[in-house]
Formats: sequence, structure tokens, C-alpha cells
Amino acid sequence: MSQDLSSATFSGYRRENGRVGVRNHVIILPVDDLSNAACEAVANNIPGAMAIPHPYGRLQFGEDLELHFRTLIGTGSNPNVAAVVVIGIENGWTQKIVDGIASTGKPVTGFGIEQHGDHETIMEASKVAKEYVQWASELTREEAGLSELWVSTKCGESDTTSGCGSNPTVGNAFDKLYPHGATLLFGETSEITGGEHLVAERCRNDAVRERFMFMFNRYQDLIERFKTSDLSDSQPTKGNIEGGLTTIEEKALGNIQKIGKECLVDGVLDKAETPTGPGLWFMDSSSAAAEMVTLAAAGGYVVHFFPTGQGNIIGNPILPVIKICANPRTVRTMSEHVDVDVSGLLRREMTPGEAGDKLLESMFRTANGRLTAAEALGHREFVLTRLYESA
Amino acid sequence: MIDFVVHDEGDSVGVVVVEGVTAGDELTGWVMDQNVDIKFKAASDIPIGHKLAIRPMQEGDTVIKYGTDIGKVVADIGVGEHAHVHNIKTKRW
Repeated sequence: MSQDLSSATFSGYRRENGRVGVRNHVIILPVDDLSNAACEAVANNIPGAMAIPHPYGRLQFGEDLELHFRTLIGTGSNPNVAAVVVIGIENGWTQKIVDGIASTGKPVTGFGIEQHGDHETIMEASKVAKEYVQWASELTREEAGLSELWVSTKCGESDTTSGCGSNPTVGNAFDKLYPHGATLLFGETSEITGGEHLVAERCRNDAVRERFMFMFNRYQDLIERFKTSDLSDSQPTKGNIEGGLTTIEEKALGNIQKIGKECLVDGVLDKAETPTGPGLWFMDSSSAAAEMVTLAAAGGYVVHFFPTGQGNIIGNPILPVIKICANPRTVRTMSEHVDVDVSGLLRREMTPGEAGDKLLESMFRTANGRLTAAEALGHREFVLTRLYESA
Repeated sequence: MIDFVVHDEGDSVGVVVVEGVTAGDELTGWVMDQNVDIKFKAASDIPIGHKLAIRPMQEGDTVIKYGTDIGKVVADIGVGEHAHVHNIKTKRW
């Protein structure tokens, strides 16, 4: 490919707040665990609407509650979402999430179940969902430049081929997107352990570096507080170890290949926060795939690069997840999950630049509407990060 | 035909990138950063994705990959041997 990216465009949905999405979902979003059944019933009534069930939202408090709201509001606000129906057990927290999403200007309506019951709530919410689905079906795509594309990355079930194949492929693509004003994201705080000095060196200035090290050390403190071993079997995971990764340091050095060789870290976000400008952002986040991708979607990202070695099969309800793999065995045994095969890199049949171009080609096709493998297979993992117990 | 890759010429390990490597196989490696080929004989059966030692390492030594510290040796490792959790541990946590 090696196309001139300065004039490259993708075709997306421009939302009321100016952001551009690459999908056009109408979602039925529960505030809490109790409201999942009603949300799923509405989605069953109205094909074209998608319920996003999750297990939390009751008696959370403090920073953990703030993160819950930020994640749900961010999910509804994501430009891949056209309109939202919010259902909660009661009106107060439901309205808070409705108001947050409404600030983007997109259509959103909330329903509280108490004093109505499931039947009435499902009927009224289904009526609204039906109108939203018909309205969204008339929205059309328009051309947008790379400066309007937000791309996140996180790898999973990594092995040693991730560090020498699929992660450098993402790094090459990031280095190519960065000069054109794309808004990029990486995270996985614990999975930088052993390479934190290298990320710190890449920070744009001292303020960003201090903020990054604050987030890094905060996560180290958490691990030190709760660990019962050296985390072998958890980080690296059993799958990582099966794939040949031995220590967290080795895993981290492979992980950070994803931020390329040239782009700088321009800013640091707390979990589910939204960046305020273009460039490469670091988001403090778990290294568990579905948790991090859910946080990236809540931050407003619309396309995700997911390198895997042993074959992580994750998807997300609203964020298309593009799988990149360099392990020839995984490409052979799990081909239905792999969008971009870069195993040629390890046979010297492909250069890193060619691999990056192949990923960018897949990115444009995905942004323009082609379903990823995870979307076609129905992977919709939506996992909220919790900071501590409920009250 | 590449059997294993090494990130940097200063590294102490390489990564097997083909299936079915068994002890005694003559392996060709590619040092990616310097773009040179090297040859080693496998001293163990090594699964795809797993590491082989390209330098002898003693207990207590630091293991280098990507030109960077990836952990400590906890049991001596000979050249061509399988290097993994049975002889390398993290220095963190």
C-alpha cells in the first residue's frame, strides 16, 4: 500500500458534537445489574438495538462510583453510538447517566423501573428504541481525515511473537498515524513494569512524565498491597507463559513495542477519561483485555488495534477490535479470529513497514464499515473496572 | 529459513519461531536490529515462541532481551538450552 496518508480519508458518521464514529449503534444501556433483563428484552423486541449488560452499579461509592458513571457515560457518548436508551432500577442515577450522554447532543432517553415494573418499562423503552433505530438508519457516512480518527491499542494473550511481530506492527502504524494528527491510546499500567523508564523517556515533557510515573507507581502500590506471590501465573498469564514469555519485564518490553519508535507520549489519562487533543495518550488501566478495551471505548476511541500471540478472542460491543497476529501456529489454528496476519515478519518475508501498511489498510476498511472478525463472531465483551468493594 | 529471532546482538536469548525444534537441530537465527544471521545447535526441545540461550548464563546473572534486563537466572543455562520459567525469574514484585 504505502499510500500518502496526508490525504487519506475514512468514511464515518459525524455526530452532534463533531466527533466522527465508524459504527452506528443504538444501545440499550443498564445503569445496574438489576436492569439487564429489561435491557435485553428491549433489544430482543427491537432488532437493530443492542443491549450491553454488566454486573455492577449498586452501592458503589467514591472514586469507584465516579469511574462507574464515567465509563457508562463515556460508552453512551462514544461516536460509534448513534442513540442510547438508559434503564436503571431508580431514576436518580439513571438521570445522571442520561444527562452525561445528552451533553454530546445525541438522542438519549432514560427509564427507571421502580413504580413501573419490567413490563411497562420494557414496553415504553422499546417504543423509544424503535424510533431511534429508524432514525439512525437514515444517517449517512461522510469523509473525514485521519485527524478525526481515534485509535486505541492493547495486546492480549501475548507471547514472544507479539514482541517481535504483531506489537511492532502496531508501533509502525502508530508512527505513521501520529504525524497526521490522529488521537492514539495505549495503557496496561502493570504491563509496563520493566520498561517504565523507556516510556518515561518518550514523554513529551516533565509534566507528562511526572503524571505517567504517578500512575505507574500507583499501580505498583496496588500490586504490592494485595499480592500473595510474584504474580507469576497472573502477570504474565498462564497463556503468556505457555507462549514462551517468562517474566513481566520481558512481557512489558514486548508490550511497549506498540508505541512505535517516533511518536511521543503527549498526555496521561485516568481510567475512562477522554483526551483533550490529538497525539499519543497513556491511560491508566488494567492489562485485562476486556477491561482495558472497555475503558478505551469509554474514552471515545472508535477503532482498536489488538495484537495477540496465543490467540485472545476479545471483542467489544461498540469498538471494532482488529486482531493482529504474528504466530504462525495461532494463525493456522485460530484463523477465524485473525484480521491481519503478519507471521511473514518472522520469516523475513515481510518488513515492519509492510506489516504496518497491511494493518493500516485493515484499519481503513474497518473504519469504512467492514466488520472485524470479533464483530462477525459476536464478541461483545463489556467489562467494567472496579476499584474496590461496594458499600 | 529462519528458526529463531534475536532482537539485539547484545541479547542473551533468542525466540524460536518455528514448530518442532528438537535437541540437536541446527538452527539459523536472525538478529533483527543488526540484520545478521547466526547459527546455533538446539540443546533442548524448544516449543515455538519459547527462548533458547545464545550465551552461557550462571545463576544470578541478568538475562538481556531487547538490549534490556528481563530478569535473573535462577539455574545455570547452557548455550542452545531452553530458557524459561524453570531457570529465569522476574526481579520485580
